[in-house]
Amino acid sequence: MVSLWEELLVVAYALEMRSITKQYFGNTVLKSVDVAVKPGEIHALVGENGAGKSTLMNILFGMPVIHQTGGYDGVIQIDGVDVKVDSPARAMELGIGMVHQEFMLIPGFSVVENIKLNREISRPNLVSRFLGSKLETLDLNTMGKESQVALDKLGIDIDHWAPVAGLPVGYMQFVEIAREIDKHNMKVLVFDEPTAVLTESEADLFLESVKRLAGLGLAILFISHRLEEVVDISNNITVIRDGEVVGRLAKDAARVDRIAELMVGRSVKQSALPPRKKEPSDDDIILQIRDLAVDMPGEKLQNFDLDVRRGEIIGIGGLAGHGKVALANGIMGLYPGTGQVIKDGQKLPLENPAAALKSNLAFVSEDRRGMGLLLDDSIEDNIVFSSMQIQNKFLKKHLPWPSTHMRDAEAIRAYALDTIRDLDVRCQGPNQPVRRLSGGNQQKVCLGRALALSPDVLFASEPTRGIDIGAKNLVLDLLVEINREMGMTIVITSSELAELRMICDRIAIVYEGRLVGTLDPTASDVDFGLMMAGGIGTGVKAG
Amino acid sequence: MSTQNPVIPTKKTGISLLPLVSKNAVPILFAILCTLAAWLAKMDPWFLASEIITRLARNSLLVLALLIPVSAGLGLNFAIVLGAMAGQTAVIAITHYKMTGLWGFVVAMLASAPLAALLGYLAGKIMNRAKGREMITSMILGFFVNGLYQLVFLFLIGPVIPMQNRSIMLPSGVGIRNTVDLFRIEKVLDKLWRPIVLGVRIPMGTLIFVGLICAAIHFLMRTRLGQQMRTVGQDMHIAGVAGIDVDRTRIIAMIISTVIAAWGQLIFLQNISTLNTYNSHEQVGTFAVAALLVGGATARRATIWQAIVGVLLFHTLFIVSPQAGHAIIGVPQIGEYFRVFVAYGVIGVALALHAWQSRKS
Amino acid sequence: MKKKLLDFAAKMEIPRLIIVGFLLFIFAVAFITGLPLDSLFSASLVRVGMNGVLVLAMVPTVSAGVGLNFGLPVGVLCGLVGVLLSMQLDLHGFVGFFSALLFSFPLAVLAGWAYALLLNRVKGQEMMVGTYVGFSSVAVMCIFWLLAPFNNPELVWAIGGRGLRSTLTLDKHFAKVLNNLFLVKLGKIEIPLGLLGFFGLLCLIVHLLFRTKLGLAIKAAGSNPRFAEAAGINPDHTRIYGVILSTVLGAVGIVIYAQSYGFVQLYMAPLMMGFPAVAAILLGGASLQRASIGHVILGTFLFQTLLTITLPVASRVVQGDISEVARLIVSNGMILYALTRGERREIA
Repeated sequence: MVSLWEELLVVAYALEMRSITKQYFGNTVLKSVDVAVKPGEIHALVGENGAGKSTLMNILFGMPVIHQTGGYDGVIQIDGVDVKVDSPARAMELGIGMVHQEFMLIPGFSVVENIKLNREISRPNLVSRFLGSKLETLDLNTMGKESQVALDKLGIDIDHWAPVAGLPVGYMQFVEIAREIDKHNMKVLVFDEPTAVLTESEADLFLESVKRLAGLGLAILFISHRLEEVVDISNNITVIRDGEVVGRLAKDAARVDRIAELMVGRSVKQSALPPRKKEPSDDDIILQIRDLAVDMPGEKLQNFDLDVRRGEIIGIGGLAGHGKVALANGIMGLYPGTGQVIKDGQKLPLENPAAALKSNLAFVSEDRRGMGLLLDDSIEDNIVFSSMQIQNKFLKKHLPWPSTHMRDAEAIRAYALDTIRDLDVRCQGPNQPVRRLSGGNQQKVCLGRALALSPDVLFASEPTRGIDIGAKNLVLDLLVEINREMGMTIVITSSELAELRMICDRIAIVYEGRLVGTLDPTASDVDFGLMMAGGIGTGVKAG
Repeated sequence: MSTQNPVIPTKKTGISLLPLVSKNAVPILFAILCTLAAWLAKMDPWFLASEIITRLARNSLLVLALLIPVSAGLGLNFAIVLGAMAGQTAVIAITHYKMTGLWGFVVAMLASAPLAALLGYLAGKIMNRAKGREMITSMILGFFVNGLYQLVFLFLIGPVIPMQNRSIMLPSGVGIRNTVDLFRIEKVLDKLWRPIVLGVRIPMGTLIFVGLICAAIHFLMRTRLGQQMRTVGQDMHIAGVAGIDVDRTRIIAMIISTVIAAWGQLIFLQNISTLNTYNSHEQVGTFAVAALLVGGATARRATIWQAIVGVLLFHTLFIVSPQAGHAIIGVPQIGEYFRVFVAYGVIGVALALHAWQSRKS
Repeated sequence: MKKKLLDFAAKMEIPRLIIVGFLLFIFAVAFITGLPLDSLFSASLVRVGMNGVLVLAMVPTVSAGVGLNFGLPVGVLCGLVGVLLSMQLDLHGFVGFFSALLFSFPLAVLAGWAYALLLNRVKGQEMMVGTYVGFSSVAVMCIFWLLAPFNNPELVWAIGGRGLRSTLTLDKHFAKVLNNLFLVKLGKIEIPLGLLGFFGLLCLIVHLLFRTKLGLAIKAAGSNPRFAEAAGINPDHTRIYGVILSTVLGAVGIVIYAQSYGFVQLYMAPLMMGFPAVAAILLGGASLQRASIGHVILGTFLFQTLLTITLPVASRVVQGDISEVARLIVSNGMILYALTRGERREIA
């Protein structure tokens, strides 16, 4: 039974999304998600990367990607009225605005031109009377005045005729917002990780403006990975994980650690891992990392210290954007970095992928299709490539210069067949192009290429991202097997804490580019939650 | 017309020459080169002045045709050759029907416009399929359509397309002559008003027409459509998100450019008053692009003034370099090859800079 | 069966189907009208050998990720200087031919290196910049031909003019040395085994080069620079190797072309040399991202056969020389097709 009072409440929402379900090719990515925002409310939407936030926003904006893949189930209401958002233009008409993560600004244009982008104010003239309104003259004066009104609402004082290119990043964000609120019927405003690119003081200024906008009666949906600011400014928080709402918190109940815990989820039952002859210990350190800083866009790492024990599986966890994937990328020399990395007593030069590979480090990239594979080349050529280039293996040595050595087809074929068998790559044969393989099998080829180097340390970045559940477990099992049978040290980075807890000996947590501490995989959810939010839990081990 | 904001009030902190010089380094360099070459060539200044004025009137419109695609982000439109071919087709048509004088010329303009618009539309469609490599595509498109043009006028006129006027056809009865005398429309636009100022005959009629086109371009860039073109030119993705039909806007830019080019070629032809059926258009794209770049434009930014200054400088160099070459080394061909080198070299350097800059940003 | 046909059609791609169909049609017309097919076929074999190496020069740049080498004139000019040096020294026969290759080699390496450094700075616009680098260097070399201190009376204008003649005959030097080497007659068809063998040898060398460690690195960096970087390869370096190899092949290509043609053409003649080569390899099935020796051989054969056969057949139907127009339309149409068909997207 729904009481009259509750019905009235429903009507009071500016935006309500009810039982939103979305499937991509039979894969359910959103399961009956409910989100409702009242006018004047700041509502935060948090969740790990891939939790379904962006799919939900794409639905709200009627993005073509949604409708090309069979649409969605559920109801969207604006001011209590059912609406069908079938295009971004329709979303705009309905008063839904969005401030994008990457700026939708044209640097060469002035602030005014950007605010009024494709909504220019124009006056009819002689020509436009004959050839249509597209040829009306721009009314720069009025455009300037209206832009100033929007900027004033944000409490920002900038020269609105200056080109955007020269503005500090924080101000660019304000121009984006000004554009949204200049749209006259704006009701719901979505911020997608708005503070990710801002400095701390810029972020403070920005959050003030958001509160001011809410004060004007706008309903605000706020997506962020910075949990403190989420707790600080939002009235309500909805936590999404694996396409489902796993928690709703009101302002007074919201605590950073509680949110983090909800985001990463509870531990799955840990099956016993096979024992080793000799357990890794702090007496035998294979990789010593000191004061490492890596300049990887969106994943910066700084002042990072860590000792990796010989023969262990160490997990690197943390929320997206906090720098966990930068560790492997930095050590492998793929992004600019400073600091000290010592492997077996030898200092490793940074920013030099060849040197890292020659020091018997190997890497399975998180960007499988972009960086991990030659998609149009055969499985066998992919598997032996690094080993051939770095270690001069699989070559026939006719001439004295290694560059001129010819590829040894027989040796390659034999090795590839072994790898295909050992890693259980499902394929038509070793000369099948890897483009035609499924995600899981592609990942096995990446792994095979790294293993062909017979490395001492294997860095595996997000090894299970984008592959189906069955294949995920296969890949994880494979890593454990490699570790136990070959004694290979493995550094695995993953956004899924659960899988780290399944296979790791210990898990290092990264927060804002720094190491917070390392935890035992059996540590409590609360400890993990706290640490991912930058706090120190009770089960912390010496880092 | 510029891709920058038309109204950016900048704070003036004293007058400094340096930024002005570095901003206009290319035209200044060429101005120095031209002066030097003219001095070495010991040219009669009056002759030089009247040559320059003639060439300014004759060539400006073809260079102006490049401006709008630059604004719309299509880069330097080498495919204005298509417009030139449309213009020549119209000229052949009016010569065939023996139309004379200003009316003949106006008919040629009216006839060339729809043909050029159609070609521009197709060119725009093709450019939309080759985003990111528009310039090379426009150049190859020019060569390709040139092949079709030759097929039509060398082989199909006569057997397939009947034509009665034997005077413009090859003696065999197939194909158009290599040169067609355009005495019927000789300098009709130039002669409309041709005052003599300081002993130099000025083709005022043509200059006024060019001025009108300049004004039209200037006006267009201050309309909603113009703003949309500039937006598309700056960032196609953002333009799309803002609700602009990117492909359509680019096609419109190509159509306008091709139509202006057709008229530009008509102006060129009425001044030269001879049609080299198979050559007149070939270098139109290259020389127009080179002139625009000499004026200081880039593949992303070009203004009306840069077009005009470019025509002045490029053609001055064209006039004086053979004589300068002769004066320096005694070999006039050197000057000829030098100006060919300037045309190609300036395009090469500008394209390299363009690629370099777009990679940095 | 129908699906197989469609698959086959898709693999062949429409333009190539049209060209092959057109060729078959022309052959049929030639057969019916009683044209001497055997001599036409012989002529087309010569032209394959004559042009093949210039087409082969496209493979290294495409493999290295630089795209089609529209700056081929850079290599061609180096080859021409080699030929001129050989002529200046009055060398004859194979000595003249090979010394021309030898002289042009260091020039091509040097020019290719400089050209590659520029191309590395203009990634994404290599084709356009390459075209105009080629054009400008042709113009610069025009001035060089005028001023260069050659003094062999065969090379320079006899009286009046200054500088090198615009067309030089190789009759007394090494005209057709390869063409006439091992010329085999098979019935009425003449097969220039020496010429084709030399072309084949170069194809084999390039093929083997791309199976060496360095060659595989060049290819990997060409198809995925980030992958190569992660494997410790510097893509900028591999691109340089690719461009140098292409420039050297351009130089070799023009020397072979010149010996086959019997003449050397200077000044503006090399200006458009790149385009037919680009068109031929595209006709053979290459794309902006992928090119193989097979594409070179098939493409050169189709393109040259088309040009040799079309002319005599067409002259029976239409008046005038339609082959030049056909060359314009086919070659530029092919390039246009390749530029606009977009990146190939396969669904896994």
